[in-house]
Amino acid sequence: MVQLDAIQKRLIEEIADLHSVPEGAYNFRANGQLAGRSSTANIEIVSKSDGSGIDIHVKPGTKNESVHIPVVLSQSGLKETVYNDFYIGEDADVVIVAGCGIDNCGSQDSEHDGVHRFFVGKNAKIKYVEKHYGSGDGRGQRILNPVTEVYQEEGSCVEMEMEQIKGVDSTERTTLAELKAGARLVVKERLMTHGSQNAVSTYQVNLNGDNSTADVVSRSVARDQSRQTFNARITGNAPCSGHTECDSIIMDQGKILAIPSLEANNVDAMLVHEAAIGKIAGDQIIKLMTLGLTEQQAEEQIINGFLR
Amino acid sequence: MLEIRNLSFAVNEDEVQKEIIHDLNLTIEDGKFTVITGPNGSGKSTLARLIMGIEKPISGSILLDGEDITGLDITERAKKGISFAFQQPVRFKGIRVKDLLRLAAGKRISVSEACSYLSEVGLCARDYIDREINSSLSGGELKRIEIATLLARHTRLSLFDEPEAGIDLWSFQNLIRIFEKMRSEIRDSSIVIISHQERILQIADEILVLAEGRISERGVPEEILPRLIGQTAPVSACQKLQ
Repeated sequence: MVQLDAIQKRLIEEIADLHSVPEGAYNFRANGQLAGRSSTANIEIVSKSDGSGIDIHVKPGTKNESVHIPVVLSQSGLKETVYNDFYIGEDADVVIVAGCGIDNCGSQDSEHDGVHRFFVGKNAKIKYVEKHYGSGDGRGQRILNPVTEVYQEEGSCVEMEMEQIKGVDSTERTTLAELKAGARLVVKERLMTHGSQNAVSTYQVNLNGDNSTADVVSRSVARDQSRQTFNARITGNAPCSGHTECDSIIMDQGKILAIPSLEANNVDAMLVHEAAIGKIAGDQIIKLMTLGLTEQQAEEQIINGFLR
Repeated sequence: MLEIRNLSFAVNEDEVQKEIIHDLNLTIEDGKFTVITGPNGSGKSTLARLIMGIEKPISGSILLDGEDITGLDITERAKKGISFAFQQPVRFKGIRVKDLLRLAAGKRISVSEACSYLSEVGLCARDYIDREINSSLSGGELKRIEIATLLARHTRLSLFDEPEAGIDLWSFQNLIRIFEKMRSEIRDSSIVIISHQERILQIADEILVLAEGRISERGVPEEILPRLIGQTAPVSACQKLQ
C-alpha cells in the first residue's frame, strides 16, 4: 500500500537505508499524508484522534522487532508539525528507525517539525536511529526542528543515534530526557553543516534516579560559512553518573559554539564534560597523502571517519 | 634507484637561516637495504621527509629511476612508489585499522588480506582490525600498524623513520624479524631505515652515517659498526663546539 514517487523513494533510501517496504511495523508519511502503515501483533500504530500524529504502542516483552517511521517532503512550501508518541512496554527490546528527508526544488521554505515522545517502561530497551537529509536546488529553505522527549522508567535503556550530514539549511534540535533509577541513556549525535546552514542542538538530561547514567556524545563538522551551537546540560539529582562530549572539526569560515554544562544537586552525582574544537591536523592530511590520496581526498576520509 | 643531487635544506630560526642538510649527494641502488644513522639533530629525519616531499629543499634535486621528482608533491611521489612510516604515527578519530590498510593498499582489500598485514607485524588481527586509530592504541601498537600500512602498499622505495622508537623490548624482536623478512623479499625495491639500533644496523646492506647534514661515513656494517660502537658519538662534542 506504500505509494511513493522516485524522489520520495530516494529520500527514504537516504534516511532509512530502505529499498523496499520494511519487515515489521511501519508508518510512511509523504508530503503531509499517510503513504503506508502496518502494525504487527506486538506493535500497534494508530493515528491520534485529532490527526496531529501517531501513537505507537509496543507490547510488554516484545523482542527483536523494529518500527520504521520515515517522513519525506518533496513538495516545496509544505510546513508541518507532527506529534509521535511511543509507548514502550516493560521488558521490550525494539529498534525504532525514524528520519526525515526533504527535497525542495522550489522557492518556498519546506519545514518538518517532528515532536517525538518516548515513554519507556521498566527494563525496556530501545535503539532509536534518526537521520535527517535534505536535497534539491531550489531557493526555498529546508528546515527541520525536531523535539525529542524521553521518559525512562527504572532499569530502562535508550540508545539514540542522530545524524544530519547533508542538505538541511536550518535545524533546531531539542532533546529532553528524564531518567529514573538504574536507567541508562546513550546519545550519539553526528552533524555536518555546510554553505550558510545553521544548526542548534540542545540537550537537557535529568538524572533523577539512583545509579542512572547518561552519555551524550556529539561529533560535528562545520564547513563553509555554516554555524553550529551545541548546548548540552546534564543535571544530576541523585547518585548518578553523566558524561557529555562535544568534539568538532571547524573548516573554512565555519563557526562553532560549544556549551557543555553540568549541574549537580546531589553529593554523589559524578558528572564530566569535554569539549574540543579544532581544524583537521596537518599531519593527518600528510599521512594520508603519503598513501597516495590527494589533499582533498585525505580531508574527505578524515571527515568520514570522524562522523562515523 | 634513488639519486639525491646537491640537496640542501634550511629552516628559519629567529630570522637566521640555519642549514640542516648541506649539499648532500647520495645514490641508493635498487634491491638495497640501507640504514641511515647518526646523532640526534644530524638531519636524518629531515632527509627522509625531503625524499617523501613533506619538506621542500632550498636547492638540489631528487631523482627516482632517473626522473626528477623534486617538484612533485607528496601524493604524486606516493603514486610513483615512495612510502613513508612516521616516527610518531598519526592518530585518527573514527578511522579504523582496516580502513587505513585499505587506503594504503589503494583498493578494497578483503578483511583476510588486511589481517595478513597485521599478523606480519605481530598483531593479533582479530583484535585490531576494527579498532579505531585513536588514543586507545598504545605507541607500540600504532608503530606496528604504521609498518603494516607500508607492507600493504608494496612500493618500490620504503622509508622508515626510527621504527624502533617507542617499541618495547619484546616487540623489538618481532620488528627485527619483520625487517629481515622484508630484506629477504626486497627484489628490485629498496628500503631505507633511519635507526640507532645496532640490530637493525647489522642487517643493513649499507650504513650511511649522517652528521651535521652531511654524509660522514658510508659502508658495509662490518666496516662501519665497529667504529660506531667504539666511539661515544660520530662527532665528538669538542668538534661540535669548534
